[in-house]
Amino acid sequence: MTQDDLTIADPKMKAEGVNVFYGEKQAINNVSIDVGTDLVTAFIGPSGCGKSTFLRSLNRMNDTVASAKVTGRIELDGEDIYAPSMDVVQLRARVGMVFQKPNPFPKSIYDNVGYGPRIHGLAPTKADLDVIVERALVRAGLWDEVKDRLLESGTALSGGQQQRLCIARAIAVDPEVILMDEPCSALDPIATAKIEELIHELRGKFAIVIVTHNMQQAARVSQRTAFFHLGTLVEYGKTTDIFTNPKQERTKDYITGRYG
Amino acid sequence: MAVVNDHTVKAFDEDLNRLRGLISEMGGRAEQALLQAMTALHKGDLDLAAQVVRDDKKIDALESEVEQLAVQTIALRAPMADDLREMIAALKIVSVVERIGDYAKNIAKRVALMDQTRSIEAIPLLMSMSSIVAELIHDALDSFAARDAELAVRVTVRDKNVDDFYNSIFRTLVTFMMENPKYISESAHLLFVAKNLERMGDHATNIAEMVYYVVTGEHMEERERGEQPEDGAAEQEQG
Repeated sequence: MTQDDLTIADPKMKAEGVNVFYGEKQAINNVSIDVGTDLVTAFIGPSGCGKSTFLRSLNRMNDTVASAKVTGRIELDGEDIYAPSMDVVQLRARVGMVFQKPNPFPKSIYDNVGYGPRIHGLAPTKADLDVIVERALVRAGLWDEVKDRLLESGTALSGGQQQRLCIARAIAVDPEVILMDEPCSALDPIATAKIEELIHELRGKFAIVIVTHNMQQAARVSQRTAFFHLGTLVEYGKTTDIFTNPKQERTKDYITGRYG
Repeated sequence: MAVVNDHTVKAFDEDLNRLRGLISEMGGRAEQALLQAMTALHKGDLDLAAQVVRDDKKIDALESEVEQLAVQTIALRAPMADDLREMIAALKIVSVVERIGDYAKNIAKRVALMDQTRSIEAIPLLMSMSSIVAELIHDALDSFAARDAELAVRVTVRDKNVDDFYNSIFRTLVTFMMENPKYISESAHLLFVAKNLERMGDHATNIAEMVYYVVTGEHMEERERGEQPEDGAAEQEQG
């Protein structure tokens, strides 16, 4: 594999020399990585390796942790997302997030999806909002299952449906990047397959970064894979190369099940 | 690269070890079949020749055992990286070793068809050729057992000697047939024996190439291949 294969001409996000600290403890050590616009990028690594921490630094979700401090530079379309002028609310609209456990609002299915577009002023009229909600639910592959009960509570859906509702909620505000933190770990295999299919469908429309413990899942859904260990980025490469011929011994030990 | 068996799931290590053991045993049997077939040919030993033919069934049985185990391991353990490469290589290597066994069996079957071979001067050349081929097979399988990419490369280089031997034996036998029309039938059989040996050398090379892939994750560069044997059909299957 040559370096050229990995070059991402116009990265959607670019991290350079990123360190993340929780108080005294350094959770991420000098990580640099480019996230491609048309690619699904998977972060893998053992628990506590920093992959979720790093993911959360990509839309400043770590700001909510008082002791967290991020140094280095993270760009979205060349713009420093930690610059004082950056509007964090806007940033999170552009870089959406889906969490491990489905967390729909205790509101109707319609309101779960419509809430974001409404507060961001994307829908001047009810008719506009109807269109946005339907489009997001269609894209999330949930429309056919919920179109007749949009006013029922989002929490009444099954786990897999709730997670797709959360994805619909994330894409309703038309983000540029979607971060997914273990989106399938609470789901059964069928619901997982649906989410994976959805990731496949969404590729190219949004840059997607997914953290997963399931290596088979990383292999199935991503084109680029980054292996994290003890807060450092050990190896970053094409997914096919990482899973057939990793260059680093630590990567090999992890993906072949020899770790620890 | 050292052979490391330290998967978190120990049963995976046990499967891998069993697989390696079976391939080792199969290789040992193929090598032995070759040496016994050549001894039978040299001495006109029909009993030994018949035994080679019988023993080939064990090689075939080992092949299907490895295939089953490899498929099962792929299904149950979802191997990755070098483990995955090893599974794929194991499947390919056993089919090659099975072919080597078939060539040995083919040589053994010719023993009964030849009465007067011991006076033919190509026989000592064939014996020398067969010991080189047996060494190549042995080293190719050793390189698999030891994950030794360098040894694998040396096997592919040494295959050239086998091709040279084949060309020389081909010339010797053609000359002999012209001078001794009475022995044309025997000589034709010996030509096939030489051809079988040449193909076995190629198969040893195939094993070595798979080993190189297992160890390095990369395919061996196109090597300087020896010249084509003079009958122009080195790559042609027969037997």
